[in-house]
Amino acid sequence: MSDRKDMEIIAELVPPGSRVLDLGCGNGELLALLRDTRQCTGYGVEIADENVLACTRRGVDAIQLNLEDGLAIFEDQSFDVVLQLDTMQHLRNTERMLRETARVGRIGIVSFPNFAHWPNRVRIATGRMPVTKAMPYEWYDTPNLRVGTYADFEVLARKTGLSVLDSFGIQGGRVVRRLPNLKASVAVFKFQKA
Amino acid sequence: MQSVGPVTPQSRHFAEPLALQSGARLPAYTLVYETYGTLNDARSNAVLVCHALNASHHVAGTHAGKDKSEGWWDNLVGPGKPLDTNRFFVIGVNNLGSCFGSTGPMHDNPATGRPYGADFPVVTVEDWVDAQARLLDALGIDQLAAVIGGSLGGMQALSWSLRYPDRLRHCIAIATAPNLSAQNIAFNEVARRAIVTDPDFHGGHFYAHGVVPKRGLRVARMIGHITYLSDDAMESKFGRLTRNGGAAATPARYAYSTQDIEFEIESYLRHQGDKFSDYFDANTYLLITRALDYFDPARDHGGDLSVAFAKATCQFQLVSFTTDWRFSPARSREIVKALLDNRHRVSYAEIEAPHGHDAFLLDDARYHGLLRARFDLIANEADAHAAAPKSTGVAA
Repeated sequence: MSDRKDMEIIAELVPPGSRVLDLGCGNGELLALLRDTRQCTGYGVEIADENVLACTRRGVDAIQLNLEDGLAIFEDQSFDVVLQLDTMQHLRNTERMLRETARVGRIGIVSFPNFAHWPNRVRIATGRMPVTKAMPYEWYDTPNLRVGTYADFEVLARKTGLSVLDSFGIQGGRVVRRLPNLKASVAVFKFQKA
Repeated sequence: MQSVGPVTPQSRHFAEPLALQSGARLPAYTLVYETYGTLNDARSNAVLVCHALNASHHVAGTHAGKDKSEGWWDNLVGPGKPLDTNRFFVIGVNNLGSCFGSTGPMHDNPATGRPYGADFPVVTVEDWVDAQARLLDALGIDQLAAVIGGSLGGMQALSWSLRYPDRLRHCIAIATAPNLSAQNIAFNEVARRAIVTDPDFHGGHFYAHGVVPKRGLRVARMIGHITYLSDDAMESKFGRLTRNGGAAATPARYAYSTQDIEFEIESYLRHQGDKFSDYFDANTYLLITRALDYFDPARDHGGDLSVAFAKATCQFQLVSFTTDWRFSPARSREIVKALLDNRHRVSYAEIEAPHGHDAFLLDDARYHGLLRARFDLIANEADAHAAAPKSTGVAA
């Protein structure tokens, strides 16, 4: 979540006073926002040294772990909210991480770039892979291991035994509730264990 | 970067007996310590540095007139350094049973008038922490801004959070473990047997014989040193280099000796052993390795570390190093998990460093950068404490 507006939209989904676990918390900006504006507590999980340092500077508690190793360090239902923002596409074991998110948190919130956003569709129609703000990489240097669409996630959520509490797209810092699979570059899902 | 410069160790005598974990009592004792920086008026900026196996109260600065007398953590502690003595009042204490000034086995046992030797009571991490707390009482410090330590020093920092939860705001435990593994204890036992079976040990009363069990100490140190370094670090530093050199293409001829030094690693270990046996006390080595063996805060809680940490209230910073196989990252993660289970505030950094356990004493940029950021926060907090009106205290 690099965009501040997008971050504020996500923050709105987190009930005030929640205990939050932010998987792939980056520089800790969102956790600091949740702490300062919504009285939330909790931890971030990060793998990158520079992000762990940035979290420390902000006074955000970060646990340096590789998410690919799983979340065994966290007990069942030990958080009100588990966030997985702009992280899922970097993980090999998407399905397991979703299950783990729902195990550790009462509510899970994920966001990821929506591959079905219309400019991507147009680009694909011309025979080339899209390079956009939400997915700024060339096909040969992308760190994204998984690319999926808003509609794809609905299918995966069902398969993984998650019940979707809310979902929408974000485009240009605004919530998109009509035709999000077509009109939004970012997909957001709020879910719990079914 | 600047050093704190020449420092003079201080000492304080305690006449009141110290009740030890073993049930024994130390009738009276002296603690040797050093301080760096200035205690603020609110007494809110004190940081205690706990030492590991072979270190002492001499954490930073130099001892006047002595060459190479930098403190053991001089790269971390000093003006403008990560643990900044311009902002903090830093205290280093030599632990009981050590051989650097505080009461130990080479001092006289008041009961016999002769050196304690092997009769020095077994001391534990908890006993050390109790003694440190008494020193803080004497210095008029109710609450520490932080306690920091690596390895065995990290165990003391953790123990502080459990024994005196109200007396510290931050616990920084580096390259440490919640207890020793069987393998850790095994290494300690080999070292102890090397000392105890040295004919010069005389059952621990070698002082009376005017000898030092140097052979045992040397072997003990060699064993220890192997565990402080990573396989990779040792390989890159020594590999199969031989004493007699020679190029890879035309290697020097082996000496074909079983007793002389052939490989550089042998030379290095012997050198370390020789150095160590010149200054370290054999009884102290036995005592301190035993303190390591006994540390196990979960033991009184059915082996459940999470239950053990329930009473902690401070914030925690854990740090481990990826190539440390003596106290591996997995051991630090056990501590992190126990803290998470209790919903304590904890940060954990796993530093990718090639040096093994020794990394905690080196000044890796990521490691020291992180500690600098942590201490910046703690210092700001200590300043805020100093600025806030006191909730208790006498009327002006």
